[in-house]
Amino acid sequence: MANFNLKINGKSHTVDVEDDTPLLWVLRDHLGLVGTKFSCGIAQCGACTVHLNGNATFSCVTPVSSVGNGEVVTIEGLSEDGDHPVQKAWAEVDVAQCGYCQAGQIMTAAAFLETNSNPSMEDIDNAMNRNICRCGTYHKIREAVALAAKTK
Amino acid sequence: MATQLKASRRDFLKIAGTSVGGLVIGFNWFSCDSPKVEVLSTEQILSQAKSFNSYLSISPTGDVVIYSPNPELGQNIKTSFPMVVAEELEADWEKVRVVQANLDPAKYDRQLTGGSGAMPHSWERLRKAGATAKFVLVAAAAKTWNVPAAEITVEKGIISHKGSGKSGHFGEFVTEASAMTAPEEVTLKDKKDFKIIGTPVKNVDSKDMYTGKPIYGLDFQREGMLHAMIQRAPFGMKIKSVDDSGARAVSGVKDVVTFGTSVAVVGNSTWPLLKAKKLLKVEYEPDGTVESTADHDRLFAELLKSGKAEVKRKDGNVDAAFKGAAQVITSEYQCPFIAHSPMEPENFFAHVKGDKVELIGPTQTPDRARQETATLLGIPPENVSVEITRLGGGFGRRLRADYVIEAVEVSRAVNAPVKVTWSREDELTGGAYRPAVRYRFEAALDASGNMIGYKLRGVGMNAGNTTRENNFPSGAVDNVLIESIEHKSSITTNAWRAPITNFLAYAEQSFLDEVALAAGKDPVQFRLDLLNRAKTTPVGELGYDVDRMIGVVKTAAEKSNWGKNPNVKQGFSVYFSHRSYVAQVADIEMQGGTPVLKKITAVTDCGMVVNPTGANHQVRGGIVDGMGHAMYANLTFENGVPKQKNFDSYRLIRLKEVPEIDTHFVDSGFDPTGLGEPALPPTGGAIANAIFSATGRRLRSQPFIEQKEFSDIKLEIRRA
Repeated sequence: MANFNLKINGKSHTVDVEDDTPLLWVLRDHLGLVGTKFSCGIAQCGACTVHLNGNATFSCVTPVSSVGNGEVVTIEGLSEDGDHPVQKAWAEVDVAQCGYCQAGQIMTAAAFLETNSNPSMEDIDNAMNRNICRCGTYHKIREAVALAAKTK
Repeated sequence: MATQLKASRRDFLKIAGTSVGGLVIGFNWFSCDSPKVEVLSTEQILSQAKSFNSYLSISPTGDVVIYSPNPELGQNIKTSFPMVVAEELEADWEKVRVVQANLDPAKYDRQLTGGSGAMPHSWERLRKAGATAKFVLVAAAAKTWNVPAAEITVEKGIISHKGSGKSGHFGEFVTEASAMTAPEEVTLKDKKDFKIIGTPVKNVDSKDMYTGKPIYGLDFQREGMLHAMIQRAPFGMKIKSVDDSGARAVSGVKDVVTFGTSVAVVGNSTWPLLKAKKLLKVEYEPDGTVESTADHDRLFAELLKSGKAEVKRKDGNVDAAFKGAAQVITSEYQCPFIAHSPMEPENFFAHVKGDKVELIGPTQTPDRARQETATLLGIPPENVSVEITRLGGGFGRRLRADYVIEAVEVSRAVNAPVKVTWSREDELTGGAYRPAVRYRFEAALDASGNMIGYKLRGVGMNAGNTTRENNFPSGAVDNVLIESIEHKSSITTNAWRAPITNFLAYAEQSFLDEVALAAGKDPVQFRLDLLNRAKTTPVGELGYDVDRMIGVVKTAAEKSNWGKNPNVKQGFSVYFSHRSYVAQVADIEMQGGTPVLKKITAVTDCGMVVNPTGANHQVRGGIVDGMGHAMYANLTFENGVPKQKNFDSYRLIRLKEVPEIDTHFVDSGFDPTGLGEPALPPTGGAIANAIFSATGRRLRSQPFIEQKEFSDIKLEIRRA
């Protein structure tokens, strides 16, 4: 066990966990930030996506020891009141079915739009292909990312 | 056309006043023999979920709270049920709040999610509840203003009387209304006057989902709660010995407990348990049959040949028809076991406290969780409370309570509140799969290409009846024999979204394409000819409405420009399941020798569409689901253990792999039926038939990508 000082959603947190503990479980089990979801645990589905220094990152395979001074942003910290352009687009398009994967989808989309503010549909497809939605809301995800790009 | 409906007070209505003037209407969405009148304060109405969960309540401020009893797993029932109540109430949707009810069999009937049955079951009850609440509010306003109730109008929660110029919101009349007697009859609205039903109302949980609120079972945490993960035995095996020394040595592991064929590691957080589970050394020994996929393939071949089948339907003289046939077509189709793979893995919280148990988590069948817990512990069911969280998908997996019982077992063993969490590997290897099935179809054609005989024999692994014997084409053919054979496998199975038909529809619709080709007929016309036969001179019992099926077939042909563009190779499929009719056409365009799947057109008759957003979601989602599993999913077994253990080897469909989906809904004038399942069954057939049309390759097994006929087809998927 070791102490780790983490910067999450603009605040400083200290946790005492094993070095190899994935950031996902630090967030969920130790800090109560359960908006970041567990689903596959092997970087295949994207439900656990957070921003690490602005990059969409699979938190399920990111050991806490590798985070260092990195800035972590989770779905809870993406905006003050759910008013990030991507969150607003998600609500406007009414994307979700079960909703479980959507926090990860939103985090992937938000990081992507920071790097590409005027994406083609093909760009959107490539960016969002890393997140699985078992309910099949893919058409709405594309639509919402395109809308967020326009309104951002 | 307003409908007079008897609204028996015993059936669903109770009115109560509250100490601070709120109105509580206990409408017991479902009949209840002994409804209780509960008098509640407004604070209770607006804040305390548990005390009034069968009620529609209206506060003095005019806010409306509606309880939704059925588990929400993405089918959008938590939005669409209250829409129906609010419609008849003439409520302002902006002032309606929806709360998930906990399990309460005394108040709710059929409090489960499955079979696409919630809306058809509750449609009329929900309407009556809203209409009755409106009735007493109007009566209260009429009394207050001393005007005839018939002259009063209600719109968006505002009650008005034109003649006197008086108006007020619902909240102003709740005290008076609470003293009213429930009406014996209520008038329901004309469907043409609907203002909320039929509009794209947004998901009531949107904001919680998009801001990461703890709304799913896996998000539940409580002070002092322990975590558990479980190692389960291979199918057909039992535990011989357990060496848990390595697991116990992991920092953070508090205990290791064994029950049945399971070993649970228990600790304060999840990660140490994921590590500890890998260090468990459990030796197993056979306890019955230990099966592999090779055994299933052998069994399919043997059982299809054997004479021991259960006859599900027999019309006419099949032997004579086949003997006298000008042409006989025979084909076999097979599907593998597949997992449900909800994105939220199975999990449940249980706290066994003496002879009482608290359960919290994602379940499609809260009452089953309660009953199985009561049976396990030998306690009365009412000693078990079940709080229903939002479900991160279900697809039928959460109809079972196996993972709930695990939490109860561990909580009892360690005498503490426990949440059991499954890993993805647990989910894929932990059983209750869509069963593997093989079908043999035979068709007899006369010299004019008419189908005079039809035979279907299905063999399933724990699949129950593998057929839907009264479904199309039964009723359209003179001589029919439908049989089913079940092999009792040690591999556990369960309903999987559109049970049986999720594969049967693909097999049947592909086979009918083969028969149409042999008969020299257009696939759509071939189906219409059969349907016309079933309409004019039906044979035996029909489990479907012929006109509604014809309706979706014709509309799908029209909307997809069936057969109009020679560059587009199309595949047709139509299926009736769970009370709804769906026809689909897949379009493949040949681009420089490459087949490109561009579009699936879907035409659905689910009666009236309650929420177009939700309906589109269910149809598109069903198609994506049907396509993904037909294309990619396969669970194979080696000595009772699945080889595919996570999404790296068990492939789910991704965003770039879905074509455009063009949805249409037929307005047949019927009351709404469910949509969680019916759009899935036709998809595999539409795609397989389009692939045949484009390449001449007939895909008779799933998943398509593993078939040798498909190996050199470079199917691309592109959207506009």
